[in-house]
Amino acid sequence: MDLDLSPAEPFRAEVREWLRAHVPATPLPSLETGKGFAAHRAWERELHAVRLSVVSWPEEYGGRNATPLEWLVFEEEYYAAGAPGRVSQNGINLLAPTLFQHGTPEQLARVLPPMASGEVIWAQAWSEPGAGSDLASLRASATRADGGWLLNGQKTWSSRAAFADWGFGLFRSDPEAERHRGLSYLMFPLNAEGITRRPIGRIDGKPAFAELFFDDVFVPDRDVIGRPGDGWRVAMSTAGNERGLTLRSPGRFMAAASRLVELWRTHGDPADTALRDRVADAWIKAHAYRLKGFETISRTAGVGAESSVNKVFWSELDVALHETALDLLGPDGELAGEWLEGYVFSLAGPIYAGTNEIQRNVIAERILGLPRALNSAHGPGRRP
Amino acid sequence: MKFVLDAEQKLFGETMDKLLSGAGTPAVARDWAAGTQEPGLALWRSLADAGVFALAVPESAGGAGLLPVELVTAFGEIGRHGVPGPYAETVAVAVLLARLGSGPLPAAWLPRIAEGSAIASLALPPAVPYALDADVADVVLTVDGGTLRSAIPGAIRASLDPARRLFSVTAGDVPAGVAAPAGARVAAATAEAYDMGVLACAAQLAGVGRRLLEVTVDYAKTRRQFGRPIGEFQAIKHHLANVLVGLEYTRPLVHGAALAYGSPDSPREVSAAKAAASDAAYLAARIALQVHGAIGYTDEYDPSLLIRKARALYSAWGSPASHRARVVSSLAGG
Repeated sequence: MDLDLSPAEPFRAEVREWLRAHVPATPLPSLETGKGFAAHRAWERELHAVRLSVVSWPEEYGGRNATPLEWLVFEEEYYAAGAPGRVSQNGINLLAPTLFQHGTPEQLARVLPPMASGEVIWAQAWSEPGAGSDLASLRASATRADGGWLLNGQKTWSSRAAFADWGFGLFRSDPEAERHRGLSYLMFPLNAEGITRRPIGRIDGKPAFAELFFDDVFVPDRDVIGRPGDGWRVAMSTAGNERGLTLRSPGRFMAAASRLVELWRTHGDPADTALRDRVADAWIKAHAYRLKGFETISRTAGVGAESSVNKVFWSELDVALHETALDLLGPDGELAGEWLEGYVFSLAGPIYAGTNEIQRNVIAERILGLPRALNSAHGPGRRP
Repeated sequence: MKFVLDAEQKLFGETMDKLLSGAGTPAVARDWAAGTQEPGLALWRSLADAGVFALAVPESAGGAGLLPVELVTAFGEIGRHGVPGPYAETVAVAVLLARLGSGPLPAAWLPRIAEGSAIASLALPPAVPYALDADVADVVLTVDGGTLRSAIPGAIRASLDPARRLFSVTAGDVPAGVAAPAGARVAAATAEAYDMGVLACAAQLAGVGRRLLEVTVDYAKTRRQFGRPIGEFQAIKHHLANVLVGLEYTRPLVHGAALAYGSPDSPREVSAAKAAASDAAYLAARIALQVHGAIGYTDEYDPSLLIRKARALYSAWGSPASHRARVVSSLAGG
């Protein structure tokens, strides 16, 4: 057993150097606004120009074939440098792994390069008004048409869909089949004829997600991922990505914890040992999450249901860490700023990508082996 | 980078588990609590033969060199099986003696500790005010105002964990064979010994928590109420899922602290591990008690030994608050 990070140190040095020279001195406007979305898209282009937007992908799609360790190191440097949030994350972290596993060569060649450059930004479309945690009850339909499918119905809580270019999601392609069967995984342009999108204000008013209405939207066969009717399996095979390391990398929490310690140094009352304990806990948990990341990439076996353990841990850590920061700021904690933006974002964590209650069901049944009860479903979930 | 146990380390853990699984440890712990220590002492010798104490003793003194990863592997199993005895204290004394350097005292005790023919205990007030199992220890030390002294055991103090026999101590003479019983070297040796005790205790807590989760999951699968196993109910599932989450993020901290042991980060790393392990094991104990219901609240039910041990170890080798304070001060200064 060792923690020898030296194989990734040359890469770390390169990334650090580049970020030092290029990270915007003042934070970009929130990516959940029109102006901010455009600024974040431009930033993606900048990253892509030096092949830092998708480091772990193969070179032919704009990556560097980075090892998992190099990827973890990249993320540490990225967030430590205070670099902008990743507006492309839905595509990069959720759709791309699905394509790598189930996509055709044509799909890979067509979809991945513009995703890597930020030219096409993706939104997910899982949930429906009647299908949240119980995702398998979804009803939006895909009906066979000449050379493709016609989409009808409604999706909601579709993160980034207010400004994104394309979307992906599950649709019921066999109306006779029930629940997990007869679903298809499809991609569609958000400006397609027949799609109406209505942005939804997040709890702070920013249009972080949208609802989508489909009225006979034509999708050609080439935009189906995997076999028609096999969508649930396709989606589930990479659900671990959004609950696991790839969506919320350790570097992100380590950087936030370091900033929290700095906030304690500048704002903390040394006599307030209760608050000091919470600062300690946030750092210890971020540190544990970082070490767990090294453990995960050291294993040969896949993560599977373990990603549910991950999801519960990081989402609750994120909330606790930001609550502690707001408490340190005292009466200024309610004022707009980076800590408040982080806090608002963290509040969604225990809900998206499968609520933490669903994750606890997965942990109890699939890892601990407790008996399955009726109606305890666990969908692939969604993320903002 | 390979941050998982290698094949040999894994095998060592499995060997320990096998040895202890066949040793009837709950009965050994109950005998130990009642003052019948022979079965526990026999187990001590078996664990010495398996090489546990040699892991904390330099090769020059008959040990295997200091191997913290192997030590936390051993202590995880010692915790999981609820083995009674001053194990953490003995390896802490081994580190203390080894760091004092050459001299008659280390030379007298280290080889015997390594082979299992000597048991040690110590008190390091204020965090470790009592000497565990001082009545069976061959050597009991304390550090009093920066000076290394023999500790003279006084009254036994009853612990929540009946297998933890705690003794009040008074500082006695400087033990024979110590050239310089005070000064920078003793201070450094004491600090390292404390960190070793903290690390061993954290590993033990993680093992206690792990076993409590195992037995509680088994119980929830078989205990039936309302015509079905209680493990089918979400209220039970979510409790147990929370226990697993806590334990899953304790293991990397314990391993990280083992790898960092002896480095400048060592105090912070062992404190992070101990704070997390205390919380994770204590949650495991509370949930074990709750899920078992009344049976878990009985003296005679074996898992209740571990439920009690989790709470006792929670505050042993430094309170969680003291460890959190150490983490913050190492990061933010002050």
